[in-house]
Amino acid sequence: MAATSVLERMLNRRRVLKGMMAGSAITVGLPTFDCLLNDNGNAYAATGAPLQPRFATWFWALGLGEADWRPKDAGTNYELPIQLQALKPIQKKMNLFSGGQVFLDGQSNSTHYTGVQGMMTGKVSSTGGYFGSFDTVITDLIAQGTRFRSIECTASGDPKATWSSRLDTGLQPSEVSPLALYTRIFGPEYKDPNAAEFTPDPDVMVRHSVLSAVKDEREELMRLLGASDRAKLDNYFTSLRTLEQKLAFQLQKPEPLAACTKPGVPEKEKEQALTLATDAMERHNQFAVLLAHALACGQTRSVNYAMTVGMSGLRMEGDPTNHHTYTHEEPIDPVLGYQVKSAWFQSLYMKALYDFAMTMDNIQEGDRTLLDRMVIFAYTDHGAPRLHSIRNYPVITIGSGNGRMKTGMHIPKSGDAVTRVGLTVQQAMGVPISEWGFGSNRVTSSISEVLA
Amino acid sequence: MKTSNRARRLLLLGAGLLPLALASSDHRVRAADDAATAAEPAQSIRLSPSQYKQSIADIFGGHIAIAGRFEPEERTEGLLAIGARQVSVSSTGVERYDDLARGVAAQVVDKDHRDTLLPCKPKAENAADEACARDFITAIGELMYRRPMSSAEVESKVKASSEAANTLHNFYAGQAAILSDMLISPKFLFRYRVLEPDPNHPGQQRLDAYSKASALSFFLWNSTPDKMLLKAAETGEINTKEGLKRQVDRMVSSPRVEGAVRAFFADMLGFSEFETVAKDPQFFPRYTLTVKDQSQEQTLRTVVDHLIARQGDYRDLFTTPHTFLTSSLAPIYGVPLIDKTDNGQPEHWMPYSFQPGDPRAGILAQASFVALHSPAGRTSPTGRGKALRENILCQAVPPPPGNVDFKFVQDTSNPVYKTTRDRLTAHRSEAMCAGCHKITDPIGLALENFDSAGGYRTTENGVQIDTSGELSGVKFDGPAGLAKVLHDDPAVTSCVAKKAFAFGAGQLPAANDAEWVGIQKKFTDSHYNFVELLRQIALSDLLYKLPPSKVAAAAGQSVQ
Repeated sequence: MAATSVLERMLNRRRVLKGMMAGSAITVGLPTFDCLLNDNGNAYAATGAPLQPRFATWFWALGLGEADWRPKDAGTNYELPIQLQALKPIQKKMNLFSGGQVFLDGQSNSTHYTGVQGMMTGKVSSTGGYFGSFDTVITDLIAQGTRFRSIECTASGDPKATWSSRLDTGLQPSEVSPLALYTRIFGPEYKDPNAAEFTPDPDVMVRHSVLSAVKDEREELMRLLGASDRAKLDNYFTSLRTLEQKLAFQLQKPEPLAACTKPGVPEKEKEQALTLATDAMERHNQFAVLLAHALACGQTRSVNYAMTVGMSGLRMEGDPTNHHTYTHEEPIDPVLGYQVKSAWFQSLYMKALYDFAMTMDNIQEGDRTLLDRMVIFAYTDHGAPRLHSIRNYPVITIGSGNGRMKTGMHIPKSGDAVTRVGLTVQQAMGVPISEWGFGSNRVTSSISEVLA
Repeated sequence: MKTSNRARRLLLLGAGLLPLALASSDHRVRAADDAATAAEPAQSIRLSPSQYKQSIADIFGGHIAIAGRFEPEERTEGLLAIGARQVSVSSTGVERYDDLARGVAAQVVDKDHRDTLLPCKPKAENAADEACARDFITAIGELMYRRPMSSAEVESKVKASSEAANTLHNFYAGQAAILSDMLISPKFLFRYRVLEPDPNHPGQQRLDAYSKASALSFFLWNSTPDKMLLKAAETGEINTKEGLKRQVDRMVSSPRVEGAVRAFFADMLGFSEFETVAKDPQFFPRYTLTVKDQSQEQTLRTVVDHLIARQGDYRDLFTTPHTFLTSSLAPIYGVPLIDKTDNGQPEHWMPYSFQPGDPRAGILAQASFVALHSPAGRTSPTGRGKALRENILCQAVPPPPGNVDFKFVQDTSNPVYKTTRDRLTAHRSEAMCAGCHKITDPIGLALENFDSAGGYRTTENGVQIDTSGELSGVKFDGPAGLAKVLHDDPAVTSCVAKKAFAFGAGQLPAANDAEWVGIQKKFTDSHYNFVELLRQIALSDLLYKLPPSKVAAAAGQSVQ
């Protein structure tokens, strides 16, 4: 890797420190990336270039159940509850965090929103918007030099379903169509990194060139606008810069990636809005394949996926009542101790999460799999679904992030701020922070048991 | 060409001669400055997808297809039009605008369109032609940017297009490249409200002429100003009372006002939410994708017919028996509609009037309302009631509290609670839930005759549906009864007036503002003629006042 590239990353990380960590004290230095040093001595692609870590967030709706899902034992010898049985084959590659909560600090609790707001942004606010989820901090750190800074998608059909939100432009719209995502990534503009020949596309060269004419308008408009509108415009030009970078990426011969293959075109699609859980599973698996290939082919290093929105409208075939309604209206089975139909959906989501992880695990990169090189952060909007609780959140991480996280553990943190998991994952991915969050959701130490 | 104040100012901006004070980063400090002398900053509003599409159609013609996705919109205070003031463009959004732009540009210069859409032919097709490029850019630039381009702007674009044409050895490809560039420019994707000193009222500010033309055009046409309106801005005619009246009268009598009426009601009725609506074909086999799309069109046709063609009373929209149906929609309503055309394809819209006393009276009994606010498999009286309160009556319904306990209604096997009304009534006995449900459920339950897909029913689980209810102290029975009560509720007319204003101004009006009170009175005096309401708002000073800055809010969002 060229020195300038490292410098560029350092600059970006400093920008992260300055811009993204507002309000959080920085007390650690800038660590050297293990991935760049390749301290394992075996993380090389065909060219000898080190393989970068990847990151994914994966959202499912409405928790796992009442308190029954929480394993009795901590550490590595724990029994997976019934709702998580789908993940059993990869139990050694995952961590389960339980007991964490989001603190309101006097702010109102907007169901399906406030809990995720606290977990993903570290801040709970009744009036403020949802800005700056921690995945974007990781993205800015690891995804430089890729064609897409990050990719968002959802099976739900709602383009606002994913929770990834930048400090500047806010919530990032999701792809709702696998075919559209395929075309965006692997369509005519895709350059196979393993192709023998590379010819820059003159149309792309021209597009890249004329963008400067738009950029020239920035100062003129900035002088015209008031502060809040200047911020909006600044955000627009930041976004324009990512388009420019995408075009620049397409003009360079990509480095060969042995694990990269082009996926097949997704089959004919269903209507954008869907409500059957089986249809959502099918679409989920189409997205998983596309995202895995995008990660393996160097098109991005960061993806965000949402199974549904928080108020999941998915249904069983032949049943008019959806998952969200069941969580409100279904009685808790007195023997089993949980809502039986709601648990069906929860188990389904965990099967989807397993499929997602295995799709990554099926791609071999050197002596590790793609899953081994990444961390999947799986999270939900509520703890106990019946009461839409913001306590006892289940959070799951899968993958070791190139050996940065130990796996195979259940970490109970009863009553602790769930933001500690977010801080831990950020540190594992190399974000140089020692604390994160605001008010009672501020945490100053990570979960050391899982940090390698 | 006479140069307006704003054009001169933009020329100065281009030359970097504007006083630096204008670039102050602290709006709050600037707001405290002497209003008599300080130049107020402009505000920007992102074009909605419908405004983007209508602008392209008006500039290049309706035959230019716009294929692709837009950045999702943001609903604020009940309207996307208010949210448009606050949104920027994400990186994915820029990518999408780029795709849209290239699609439009490719069509404009293709062999089918170039001879009509370009004002000239190049000397040679395989090389740049600066003169022709200049003519093209100047012609489209004024319409796209909604003001004349400065010569520096034009020359910059000519240079870029020439470089592109020479690189690609194709004059038209060069024009497509620069048109794409202009279509993703913030000068096109956002419209601006720029203030200037008001010469008629020393010490006060007013919207400059081109901003005023844009505000007027997007309010009355949902699109970019035409050449006559731009001319009125250039000459300053638009700044005179008589000149403004001439333009407003011309615009409200134009067929293009239909575009604004459609866009406004689609926004007010929340039609953007339809993209996530689906019904279970096992229960509702007639509710197809076609029906979903046509149900929105049905309501918009009903609105346009009643408010524009018939110049009807806005309140009658809730009771009118007149609508339009297709052969796909008719089965939803149980109507035996016969399409007498050769093969019924493409489907035709046919006027249809329900019989007196039919529960289908008015737009709230149409599938676009009752299906939009229902989950896939069953109805939601609470959701329908909430939508009616918020969208039609401008009454806020608080969000549900966290940790709600549904123990009283979770036992669905209880023989006492067979119908939705039974279960909701039990739920309302909970003190923490009663406050909200008592304002949503009585009106939502009145629409229980309509199932999740808009079909008519009289029983649920074998029990007769009770559709009695109460609104503002008036008792009624069934959807037709609800429609009559709504018709006479003053909140219905004040709500549409407020939202219509916000559609144009990007903010709700101040309730006690004397001019606003006057506009409402004229709306009443016109027998609630909606086009007259638009006209009065367009003639008022209120539409052209800059909304208060969102600096504080933006600052709050930026500091995490």
